[in-house]
Amino acid sequence: MMTSNTIKGRDWTAVFRTGGSGITTSVRALKNQFMLAFRTPAGRIGLPIVLIHLTLALFGTWLAPYDATDFVGPQLDAPSWQFLMGTDVFGRDILSRVMSGAGSIIGISAAGALLGIALGTIVGMGSGYKGGKTDEVIMRIMDGLMSFPSLLMALLVLTIFASSEIGQRLPQEGWVILTIGIVFMPPISRVMRSTTLALKTQEFVQSARMRGEPAPYIIFREILPNTWSVLAVELSVRLSYAILLASSLGFLGLGVQPPSPDWGLMISESRRYIVAAPWVALAPAFAVASLIIGVNLLTDGIRQASRLPQKGTYP
Amino acid sequence: MVRFLAVRLSLIVLTLLVVSVVIFMVTEVLPGDAAQQALGQSVTPESLEALRAKWGLDRPCYVRYFDWIGSALQGDLGDSYKYNKPVVEIVGPRLYNSIILLVFAFVISVPTAVITGVWAGVRRSSFGDQFASIVSLVGISLPEFVTGILFIVIFASWLHWLPSSSILLPGTSPLTRPSILVLPTLTMTGVLFAYIMRMTRANVIDVMETNYVRTAILKGLPMRRIISRHIIPNAMLPTISVIAVNIGWMLGGLIIVENVFAYPGIGSLLLVAIQSRDVPILQALALLIAMTYAVSNLLADLSYGLLNPRIRIS
Repeated sequence: MMTSNTIKGRDWTAVFRTGGSGITTSVRALKNQFMLAFRTPAGRIGLPIVLIHLTLALFGTWLAPYDATDFVGPQLDAPSWQFLMGTDVFGRDILSRVMSGAGSIIGISAAGALLGIALGTIVGMGSGYKGGKTDEVIMRIMDGLMSFPSLLMALLVLTIFASSEIGQRLPQEGWVILTIGIVFMPPISRVMRSTTLALKTQEFVQSARMRGEPAPYIIFREILPNTWSVLAVELSVRLSYAILLASSLGFLGLGVQPPSPDWGLMISESRRYIVAAPWVALAPAFAVASLIIGVNLLTDGIRQASRLPQKGTYP
Repeated sequence: MVRFLAVRLSLIVLTLLVVSVVIFMVTEVLPGDAAQQALGQSVTPESLEALRAKWGLDRPCYVRYFDWIGSALQGDLGDSYKYNKPVVEIVGPRLYNSIILLVFAFVISVPTAVITGVWAGVRRSSFGDQFASIVSLVGISLPEFVTGILFIVIFASWLHWLPSSSILLPGTSPLTRPSILVLPTLTMTGVLFAYIMRMTRANVIDVMETNYVRTAILKGLPMRRIISRHIIPNAMLPTISVIAVNIGWMLGGLIIVENVFAYPGIGSLLLVAIQSRDVPILQALALLIAMTYAVSNLLADLSYGLLNPRIRIS
């Protein structure tokens, strides 16, 4: 889809100064970033939206007035006090379905984005560290994989997986996560490769080499801790793509299967009755839209705020 | 320039070769092969074998790859399993429909997005800019199927102005019924507009901070002239490559939009091909999309070179 170029404009000196203790600094940085979010209008709007969705993801099934898969009312009932968002074609409460569905889409997207980052990091760092012919070949293959629009690639990968022999044994959610991971791997591996190339020439890496440390040690203990900030940026960008991709796959009927309350799937099912019962589509559409907008606003806010001077207010 | 073109074209060929192998392998491992799919479960092994032989599925896979890629180069993409017709005959009209949709979306979104982007970037942090930024952020955040469904709810369910689906009789051009084109075009335009506008705005802001623009302002040039002579040419460079990359990216959005509106283009055909394991169509469409993607990337680089004298000389 879009290629991100997070290397540019990064403050490399700051990355190098933090040195080895990557995790503690990154936790502190993460906390600071959330505080930063409050300093811009985008962050102030985005953070509560994301928090509401996270609450729904964790407790949505309990908070929902009805069970997501129970037939509780008349079919295609318009919104009323009893069913705030109306009912769908089977008489299931739409509000309950939307609330219960938050967990699956957020879980799938987060897991998929993390998997993509893990795969991309391994491939990109390995390839960049190794260099030479291997690097050349791996990056050409990644280019080849990137010459599909991500949705097309996801469709192809998912079709193979889900319909294979083993495919039937793993739940569809697992395959969607795996698909997102594979689709995200090439662009992330490019970013991680160039980060590794930049770090490889640094003195602390050189001296580890001189000491005769094995390559995995250098990659994971010397280089990786210095890439946390790149990874954090990458994760924040990938998360909203992952939600977009997962819900689009659901809409095309290739994601989570019915009767699970998947937002994309609910919108796709509403398509047939849309003229007579438009409310069936509205709640899940609003849910997907607000989730992605919230995530984008939050990351945008943090990005803007981290470029602002430490004191003073946003213009 | 010639050397550059030659290198880039050979890289494209190489990438497409990788892509073709990937596509072939992908469609190859699709289980329950097409013959089984076509004849169903209750079929005699003999007739299954006969159909496999007819479609050439009984030969080793590398033979079939070279056979496929060889005839593909000659413009023969095989016969569709589902429709029993040459792939070219099925993809052709659908491609025409999709191109119409893409062209409309492109022609509407690019100029409006660039103008809005320049307008917002020049007035950075003004009310208008912040408003445009929020609208465009919402625009890039909404998945195509959400925008599409919202348009259907508003314009078809409530206002009854436009049809809710874009089904066409086979053999008719969408241009004969423009009303079915409106909502799909609007949906495609939405995301594209937001994305290009944001890129243009960011680039304009970058250029506004350069020394040459400051010099131009300080020496008293009128703002109109600074915008048209200094800002736009420089800000357009990265924007153009984004626009070209978007051509390929739009093909992904096309899959969704066409399925929302049941529009008979290559995107809806792709989903049918996946569901019915129609391997020849799947291969043809995947190759077509990858090729468009690669070519639009090349166009991006070429236009970049043409517009930027610094790159052109070196």
